[in-house]
Amino acid sequence: MTVAVELRNVDKRYGDVAAVRNVSFVAETGHVFGVLGPSGAGKSTLLRMIDLLESPDRGEVLLRSRNVSADARDAHLIRERIGMVLQKPVVLNRSVANNLAYSMSIRGWDEKEIAKRVAQELKRLGLEGRARKNARTLSGGEMQRLSFSRATVYSPDLLLLDEFAANLDPRNVVLLEDMVRSYLAEDSNRAVVLVTHNIFQAKRLCHRIALMWDGEIIEVADRRKFFENPDDERTAAFVRGDIAF
Amino acid sequence: MADLFSYDVLQVTLLSLYVSGCATMLGSSIGIPLGALVGLKEFGGKGAVKTITYTMYGFPPVISGLVIYYLFSRSGPFGSLGLLFTPTAMIFAETLLVIPLTAGVTITAVTEIDKSIKDTIRAVGATPRQCVLTVMREAWVGLVMAAMIGFGRAIAEVGAAYMVGGNIFGETRVLTTAIMMETRMGHFGYALGLGVVLIMVAGAVFMFLRYLQEKELL
Repeated sequence: MTVAVELRNVDKRYGDVAAVRNVSFVAETGHVFGVLGPSGAGKSTLLRMIDLLESPDRGEVLLRSRNVSADARDAHLIRERIGMVLQKPVVLNRSVANNLAYSMSIRGWDEKEIAKRVAQELKRLGLEGRARKNARTLSGGEMQRLSFSRATVYSPDLLLLDEFAANLDPRNVVLLEDMVRSYLAEDSNRAVVLVTHNIFQAKRLCHRIALMWDGEIIEVADRRKFFENPDDERTAAFVRGDIAF
Repeated sequence: MADLFSYDVLQVTLLSLYVSGCATMLGSSIGIPLGALVGLKEFGGKGAVKTITYTMYGFPPVISGLVIYYLFSRSGPFGSLGLLFTPTAMIFAETLLVIPLTAGVTITAVTEIDKSIKDTIRAVGATPRQCVLTVMREAWVGLVMAAMIGFGRAIAEVGAAYMVGGNIFGETRVLTTAIMMETRMGHFGYALGLGVVLIMVAGAVFMFLRYLQEKELL
């Protein structure tokens, strides 16, 4: 295993609000690294900084040991190796097939390769018969699975998931979580960073978990230790269910 | 007073379509990309640029006509081109009126595209140029609306067209200037008939643009 993502003493403020405070952690390849915490804890800001959509005010973001910045001219080239799925299902106003093809066509991939991958993904999603339909006609769960496929069809090394299964029915949650496992199993060089407030999802998917609270990470531990023997009393209270998010 | 179904009316109608169509295309091809850049890029003075653009919605046609008249008059910088009192001068004058409208509507259209869509486009690795183009495509309905409003301004325009065109029969007479002339001559019924033709022509163009809006052909 190698280090996929490393944050060193990262701070981010929005006006008077400190969204992220002195955050450091390491996410390794082959693992799902979970960031648990309540709404407003700064989890999404953290992901946006890893995806180079925002720059930290202080500290460093390293991807594969390379110090990166959202302000760099080649930020979009670094983003090409990253996939991101947001909480809200996002589809472009075009057909299902063209939504899948989008992330490959902007990379200038060969049309035949794009067509092949689109066909594979449509089959995997069970949407072969609706390839030409506008993606906005899909259900919320289908849209989110399409968003997931669009973010992974170009084989990124790093997948960032921001509450990606929140507000979905149990069947779609299971399907999406299986897609995460498949993504990771396909290549040992891949890594996933998952932001969630769902303790059960973290238990099902994550290998290592950080608890984020009011912009700070108060504990980082392997799954077993996090749930069975945490160091911080707040983590213990959270795991026991004494603190409701 | 001529027959409403005469060759003369057809010729005036076609020239109206030609002038306002060209002004819409020229104005849209400048105003829409400008509006997209202003709407999507962050820069100092952006608020002032937007305010000026929206203020220009009310740009008086006679001022636009005056500017073009000066530029193409014999003593103006482009006087040697001999374009004054030609359809080309009318197109330029109407283009000046179309640009702020198409730019302003485009600013609103691209600004209203959901932030999550813009984030997703960037997150999948689109270059800054690809981001702008994709957001413009997402805002397609709004962009066609910008062109529709621009065309509406151009086809209904009379002051600038009269000033730089001169209402020369067979050369620069368009429906609006013809209506004005016929009214002055007391041919109210005929002027009203031309008005109906103008509305029908505009309606046909708007139906075509609505078709583009729904089918997303472009």
